[in-house]
Amino acid sequence: MKVMCAMSGGVDSSVAALLLRDAGHEVVGVTMKLWGGDSDTGCCSVSDVDDARRVAQQLGIDHLVFNFGDDFDKHVVDPYVAAHANGTTPNPCIECNRSVKFARLAERADLLGFDAVATGHHANIGRTDKGAYMLLRGDDPDKDQSYVVHMLDQQQLARTMFPVGGMHKSEVRELAASIDLRTADKPDSQDVCFITSTGGRTSFLGDRIPFNRADVVDTSGMKIGEVESVEMVTIGQRKGLGLPGGGPKRYVVDVDTKAQIVTVGADRDLLRDRLTVRRMAWVDGPTSGAVLVQASAHGTPQAATITVLSDGVDDHVAVVWAEPQRRIAPGQSVVFYDLSDTGVLGGGIAD
Amino acid sequence: MNSPGPVDTAITYLDHAASAPMRPEAIEAMMPYLRDQYANPSGSHRFARQARQAVDESRDRVAAVLGCRPNDVVFTGCGTESDNMAITGAVTRLGGVAVCSATEHHAVLEVVEHHGGVVVGVDHAGRVDLERLCAALDEIVAADRSVAIVSVMTVNNEVGSINDLEAVRRVVRRHAPGALLHTDAVQAASWLDLRQVTPHVDLLALSAHKFGGPKGVGVLVENGGPKINPLIIGGGQERERRSGTHNTAGIVAASVALELIDAERATEVVRIAALRDRLVDELCARLDGVTETLDRTEKVAGSGHVCIAGIESEALLFLLDEAAVCASAASACASGAMEPSHVLAAMGVPAERSLGALRLTLGHTTTDADIDRGVHVVTEAVERLRSHTDRGIA
Repeated sequence: MKVMCAMSGGVDSSVAALLLRDAGHEVVGVTMKLWGGDSDTGCCSVSDVDDARRVAQQLGIDHLVFNFGDDFDKHVVDPYVAAHANGTTPNPCIECNRSVKFARLAERADLLGFDAVATGHHANIGRTDKGAYMLLRGDDPDKDQSYVVHMLDQQQLARTMFPVGGMHKSEVRELAASIDLRTADKPDSQDVCFITSTGGRTSFLGDRIPFNRADVVDTSGMKIGEVESVEMVTIGQRKGLGLPGGGPKRYVVDVDTKAQIVTVGADRDLLRDRLTVRRMAWVDGPTSGAVLVQASAHGTPQAATITVLSDGVDDHVAVVWAEPQRRIAPGQSVVFYDLSDTGVLGGGIAD
Repeated sequence: MNSPGPVDTAITYLDHAASAPMRPEAIEAMMPYLRDQYANPSGSHRFARQARQAVDESRDRVAAVLGCRPNDVVFTGCGTESDNMAITGAVTRLGGVAVCSATEHHAVLEVVEHHGGVVVGVDHAGRVDLERLCAALDEIVAADRSVAIVSVMTVNNEVGSINDLEAVRRVVRRHAPGALLHTDAVQAASWLDLRQVTPHVDLLALSAHKFGGPKGVGVLVENGGPKINPLIIGGGQERERRSGTHNTAGIVAASVALELIDAERATEVVRIAALRDRLVDELCARLDGVTETLDRTEKVAGSGHVCIAGIESEALLFLLDEAAVCASAASACASGAMEPSHVLAAMGVPAERSLGALRLTLGHTTTDADIDRGVHVVTEAVERLRSHTDRGIA
């Protein structure tokens, strides 16, 4: 097959390209230029592009750089900024996968005659007895990334490959080291690629949106403090609220950016029986019933029952937890897995 | 080290403005200085003097083609260095503001912006707008500031338009009499007789690899003697205007290539203009929605530039590359990604049209067969991209 391998300059995508080449595919490596501003992590710095190119040279495959900066700004950065302004907690890496990697890049690959797009994600693609595609967790439980690629549907899965999904990270690094790939020891990227470690989220957002102060109140409504920027406060947050130490632990249980009020309470005040999830993407069509629910990249899946509802505008999902769970910050991605905790059913955005 | 094999003869090279193939004569001329004549031209022994003579004779050859005095020719490391030297050297020597046109190469534009300078708008062809230049200079002078340097390129690297430097000079002399006039002539040497350009400017930059010389050699002409500060300071080579050991082999090869291009220019311009015309005419005839970015009367012979509706340059270039046709769109950034063209934006080309920009540039090795193949491959690639989009798959 002719496969376009998205190469970030990290070890996983380097090894993905290696495996594809060795499997006899015609492989072209592509690095996406996404972010034009400062960056010190992730896949956009010039030195990461250099690493990707040098790995491609070593593997003897072609390497190209595609500039998807406009798409990235429009579908990832702008919504990220807008979400914070509205007091929700976005997941930009998932939006990048949804709108850039598995949309813009995949369309480009299709247009240019490629049969599939491969990435270095730790996830697996399987088939049911009836031939439907399944999106499965990666074999390395510590590195599984099925959560961040949960939005892939049947059409997309048919044209996607995750060559390292069946490997543990240590095996990926060993394989890279065995042929002296320069990325073998490169640290995993941890953070959002357009947020620098020196400036951080506060400086990035501060350059783009006005920050508004807010009263910090307890669950009875009594003011007990103030924060300088309500846009930076997230549900479940404990630190950085300017509250005196000692006493019971207090968590942010609600954020109202319009009224400029942050409500804090005890752990139990965060607990919820249910959750609504919108903007659903299903791997193989909508499904209701008992599932496991994961609400962060490495969160522990929790049992729940889901029901697909439609308000005529948009399908959404009512989640009823088996046990009350801490409130999920609005804007976070919520992903449903089957009861064996191996396959993704679908996912969406917490209301 | 892995050395690449010989270039596939099946390659259709239509990217001469990015880099021209070296003249065989220039390669021959440089070999003795790589192999045997390795002495430092600044040395004091007979062996050094031989190398020195080669540099001096090269300087004479370059001066003859440019219509300046040999002593006004400074050899540098590249065209970008020459542009940097002109602008930074003028600003640090004279103080005051650097001014350039909006379609300059990044080697000028970024330096002017670095010094907090003023960027002047252009006309539909990407030439500096003389009225806006007058206004910009007047505004600087009215603010009790002086203009150190005005930089206007001779030929634009993306669309091939030609500035009237005589007219620019009149404006500069009238509105900012103390300012130096610099021109980035990097894209001009193959197409224009530079003897007609040099008299109008104080500074002129060239790059050898654009006209059949090697990479790593640039020229800055300081017309009429030193006018600016040096950029690279050290051993005092190039009459203390550009320190650093001479690249003897490169300088010799550059001068040989320049002399050749000058001798052949009159006939080559006619030959290549005819090839370019056929290339663009056939593309326009075979494909709908192809717009020639600039009228041919306004540009140099080797430049073909079109905007193709309904496709993206990046995708088109991939298919051309697969078919071994070398072309380009706009300039690339540090990562190698294509950047949206600042030239087309400054010319007022709508963003949706410049998405499909394609630059096809010809040179001394271009043949009829290259044009046949270029037309065929570009046409097929565009049709393929369009049919795919029409089917709704993309």
